[in-house]
Amino acid sequence: MLHLLGGVLIGLAASALLLLNGRVLGITGIVSGLLGPDARWRALFVAGMLLGGAAVALALPGAFASALHQRTPVLIAGGLLVGFGTRLGNGCTSGHGVCGMARLSPRSLAATAVFIGTGALTVFALRHLS
Amino acid sequence: MKAGLSALCIGGLFGAGLGISGMGQPQRIVGFLDFLQYFALRAPSVAGKAGSSDGAWDPALLLVMAGAVGVHFVAQRIARKRAAPLFVPDWPTYAFTRIDARLLAGAALFGLGWGLTGFCPAPGILSAAAGVREGLVFVPAMLAGMALFHGLERIRARAVTDETGAARRA
Repeated sequence: MLHLLGGVLIGLAASALLLLNGRVLGITGIVSGLLGPDARWRALFVAGMLLGGAAVALALPGAFASALHQRTPVLIAGGLLVGFGTRLGNGCTSGHGVCGMARLSPRSLAATAVFIGTGALTVFALRHLS
Repeated sequence: MKAGLSALCIGGLFGAGLGISGMGQPQRIVGFLDFLQYFALRAPSVAGKAGSSDGAWDPALLLVMAGAVGVHFVAQRIARKRAAPLFVPDWPTYAFTRIDARLLAGAALFGLGWGLTGFCPAPGILSAAAGVREGLVFVPAMLAGMALFHGLERIRARAVTDETGAARRA
């Protein structure tokens, strides 16, 4: 049930940012815009996100804990791919996967299908073929 | 002023939602992405490993997506009926409308990195902030990937300018 509650909170955050501030809740855009001209609200959003995450981490100690322990080169390669890919594709799980899907944007539906698809192929190769 | 304060509070709501949802646990992401095992169980080279080593598909993230998309779908409907957002004059504009190669290639690369690490950008940042080793390695690499994209875009823009400049001279 916590999963559904967490999802509802994520949806409420995206909704409030749209209805109050007229912005799309896309973390890729917000983070890469931190050095741009409209940085103030983005910096405040990220600060709030860190505070919200910290509050949950205190209440649920396992909320941000990895059980995968990948090797460092794998994490670096994955990080580079996520950073480059989200900029090239103009969005990640939040912008395309939540906001764009809820808007029924064909671009976001396509992007979400593709990143879930290549993600699933990668996990399949790692877990079942190696 | 109002927009800044609301961005801070909404960021807090989003960070809390991510933490509560389980998105901050990369093993859950990988468990969710592990649904292809059911299509491959008949392949003898795969069946043994799929059954024994890593367990079943973890559908939890489907609930996260259903909750988030469901709530935001309603908000999009409300937005369509209102003239403007509460604190600013304009609704967002969407610069891109076509499904093009850049969108698909970017999403494909992102998915590859997502499957390798179990992190998408926001949970990665929160994991690093929580001092989790995997997040602390992932986030600098992610920022480097974003910087690499911007660097290449700048070079590309300059090349286009050069070409048009050369064309003008010719």
